[in-house]
Amino acid sequence: MATEDKPAVSIKDMLKREPILSSGHRMCAGCAAPTVVKLMGMALRGPTIVCENTGCLEVATTIYPYTAWKIPWIHVAFENAAAVASGVIEATKVMYSKGRYEHEHVDVIALGGDGSSFDIGFGAISGAMERGHDMVYMCYDNGAYQNTGIQRSGATFTGQETTTSWAGSKIPGKLERKKPLAEIIAAHRIPYVATSEPYNYRDFITKFRKALEVEGPAFIHAFSPCPRGWRSATGASISLSKLAVETGLHPLYEVINGEEWIMSGPSKRIKELKPVDEYFKTQGQFKHLFKPEWEDFRKRIQDQVTHDWELLKKKCGVD
Amino acid sequence: MSEKYNEIPMAGNILEPGNSEKYKTGGWRAEKPIHNNEKCLWIKNGTCGRCWIFCPDMSVILTEKDGKYSYAYNYDYCKGCGICATECPTDSIHMEKE
Repeated sequence: MATEDKPAVSIKDMLKREPILSSGHRMCAGCAAPTVVKLMGMALRGPTIVCENTGCLEVATTIYPYTAWKIPWIHVAFENAAAVASGVIEATKVMYSKGRYEHEHVDVIALGGDGSSFDIGFGAISGAMERGHDMVYMCYDNGAYQNTGIQRSGATFTGQETTTSWAGSKIPGKLERKKPLAEIIAAHRIPYVATSEPYNYRDFITKFRKALEVEGPAFIHAFSPCPRGWRSATGASISLSKLAVETGLHPLYEVINGEEWIMSGPSKRIKELKPVDEYFKTQGQFKHLFKPEWEDFRKRIQDQVTHDWELLKKKCGVD
Repeated sequence: MSEKYNEIPMAGNILEPGNSEKYKTGGWRAEKPIHNNEKCLWIKNGTCGRCWIFCPDMSVILTEKDGKYSYAYNYDYCKGCGICATECPTDSIHMEKE
């Protein structure tokens, strides 16, 4: 891969680059994860190795004997993409010093879904961030273990119905709140943490490039709608990620060195949050919340989201 | 796949990048996107391109030749999700039953 000085953010520049993921992968129709990977490819700057956790994206892009990836890619177990990425960094360094590898520096990206990042591989990420390996960890968050049949994960929203948090007469879907992973990783005081989503693609690409360029570990939390698990229209995936930003469910921000909180443009421009109901209405997984018995519960979710949003604005110094 | 056991690369490595192109996913499609040149901003002046950017299957083909812009779909891979039709700012794309 040629070295690129700048990330491609305009359509003309993007067309000049070859997408890092090819057609013929077997992700569901309307899944936003391949779009996320495609945008990631627009930010790359040179030789890159991707280490990927088990997850939808991993199993569906690399069904043997095919692979959709056009850059070096390694499959790892459910929990250890961050650990393997650390190993790859160390290995390339040693191999270069022994003259067995041509690149002095190679960008290493660890990729995981929300199950592997929020729950199963959380310890490995935390360890890699603490050791300070120069990698980018990107979590694409589709809100549950969609690959194995929509089980709840740490990234599942409150009130979301999954096959392990059924909505019925007793409970309205998941009762617990979503784990604030980006904030937890930011608390490791690593150089760069950002949240992103594919609708604001310029924001996504510039953030990913920043993450590659900083010295030391960086973390990107990318929102990635899943039409199959969310019971939403396949064509709505990208607009849903926009709606998640506008309702405050997935605010966009950056954290530098764990101290400096910066709200990104698309979130900063929001004068007033849209009600979360607008987001819930678009998906079958939230439809039970509109039953009269869960009216109060839905209000509590709205209060929680508004509270979190105000807290974030305070952290970012936005009023 | 027709290799013998001793012809398969070690550890099941796949040596050909992007060979999933040999697997056509177009058969999954229930609705197909139809493009209309009239209002399309790419055809007009080579801007926008949101359908290309958001297409998860890399099935939108935008080409430029001598200042002329052309538009096509690769129906071999398009799964008919309709993201292009939803995201088009000028409503130049609509979905039709196969």
